[in-house]
Amino acid sequence: MLEPVKTLGTRAERKRLLDVQGVKVAYGAIAALKGVSLSVGEGEVVALIGANGAGKTSTLRAVSGMLKPVGGSITLRGQDITGHKAHTLVPKGMAHAPEGRGIFPNLTVEENLKLGAFLRHDTDGIEADAEKSFTFFPVLKERRKQMAGTLSGGEQQMLAISRALMSRPQLLLLDEPSLGLAPQVTQTIFRILREVNAQGVSILLVEQNAHLALGLCHWAYVLETGEVVMNGTGAELLQSDDIRKAYLGE
Amino acid sequence: MYGFLQHVINGLAAGTIYALVALGYTMVYGVLKLINFAHGDVMMVGVYVGYAVAFLLGRDSLGSTGSVLLIFAASMAACALLGFLIERFAYRPLREKPRLTALITAIGISFALSYGFQLDAQVNVRGTQVTLLPGAAARAFPEIITPVEWLNIGDGEVVIWNRQVISFLIAIGLMVGLQYLVFRTRFGRAMRAVSFDHRVAALLGIPVDRVIAMTFMLGSSLAAAAGLLYAIKDTSVQPLMGLYVGLKAFVAAVIGGIGHVPGALVGALALGLCEEFVVGYTNSSWRDAVAFGFLIVVLLLRPEGLFGRVQAEKV
Repeated sequence: MLEPVKTLGTRAERKRLLDVQGVKVAYGAIAALKGVSLSVGEGEVVALIGANGAGKTSTLRAVSGMLKPVGGSITLRGQDITGHKAHTLVPKGMAHAPEGRGIFPNLTVEENLKLGAFLRHDTDGIEADAEKSFTFFPVLKERRKQMAGTLSGGEQQMLAISRALMSRPQLLLLDEPSLGLAPQVTQTIFRILREVNAQGVSILLVEQNAHLALGLCHWAYVLETGEVVMNGTGAELLQSDDIRKAYLGE
Repeated sequence: MYGFLQHVINGLAAGTIYALVALGYTMVYGVLKLINFAHGDVMMVGVYVGYAVAFLLGRDSLGSTGSVLLIFAASMAACALLGFLIERFAYRPLREKPRLTALITAIGISFALSYGFQLDAQVNVRGTQVTLLPGAAARAFPEIITPVEWLNIGDGEVVIWNRQVISFLIAIGLMVGLQYLVFRTRFGRAMRAVSFDHRVAALLGIPVDRVIAMTFMLGSSLAAAAGLLYAIKDTSVQPLMGLYVGLKAFVAAVIGGIGHVPGALVGALALGLCEEFVVGYTNSSWRDAVAFGFLIVVLLLRPEGLFGRVQAEKV
């Protein structure tokens, strides 16, 4: 018998955007996700926190179609997308900035951004959205003709987020945007994420830095060895003794 | 001096043909990290298609611009289809398997084509013998471009044939077009994205399978054009020509740095010139030894090829 998932705080009622039900993922014989259920509401920032190997990245990959789940279901705005291929989910409003940023180092910053808008044909709109990225992250404008491989880690992360936004997603999946970055850069990025969310983009955020993630999100799930063990509002989880001990190093 | 000039002309003409074939190796390697050893044999099939179309057109209509265009178009289209089928049914099912599996499959397809075409197969359709497979013997390739001397210096000391100029122009035109496609268009950006990382490309909405299929079709049709140019120069066609020309073009692609488009061109021209000088100034039996010796020297000094970039293997 499974222990019931502990819930802290109450979640604001929102229309469901993403619904993940009992999703299982396996790498060969090794189960990475043993039945993960979570949801993201419209306009919501949802964080997934947990230790290394808890299944955070696998969850994102199953949602965005990089991995095929072996069980469970995933729906986007009520439409079943379980096991759909990644490239078919972009036109449905999903964008995934993957682990390790995944920028194309031998393409320019501008070409990377254009690839983010691969499925769009409105040249003016694409141009406007690129300009918007440049107001979020002015350094990208200075470097627009530069090969993306020459950017610093923080700039590459900025580019990865900007590129993901170029498809005008409703749901943005982010994998460890703070990884390896200086605290100041991380703060800039999280400030922009707040702004992006304020403009109506829902965010599913995987983050090792639980403090940062819980500070930004409306709702968070705690993953442990492939299962959700706890969920709650960011504020309540920050107060929880379990979380403080396990993930905040207190 | 005249001799030298003639060798340079012949070398460049041969080199541009190698270059067209080398581009196919390099493009497919770019998107799949696979050495498509069947590429040369796809080229050979293209030459036979051209041969068949020329045969159907009949001797009288050969030599006209229309017939040349028709032969090239038919051969390039047939090879695009063949490249598509090979990718779809032989390589795609193995995409997630270890790379060696696909490589061995490529060698298998190469042999299946080059030896399959050595079979004699004819069927009788309402009293007419129709050849399905041509048999092992070399056949004379028809003069689809009537040979004309375009330039003759010093009473035959230096001769430039029209086919050399035409083949040079076709090859350069196709390569400039390819360069434009890869670096200036949306499809080219997608190709470069797929080349770097399939999974990330898919996350941006790029239909990776379609991009790979298109790359095969493109490379195969360039090979068809190259094969026809080679057959026009050589005035013959035989089932093993793909292995031979393909291997040389592969050497050219590796010399230039496999995966690098302009590198393939430079490698091919260097190889063409090198072979021609060996044949011209020493003994023609040294040709292949020098070609592969050149490869070994380049790989010893620059293992990534002349233009290739050292890339850490992704684990």
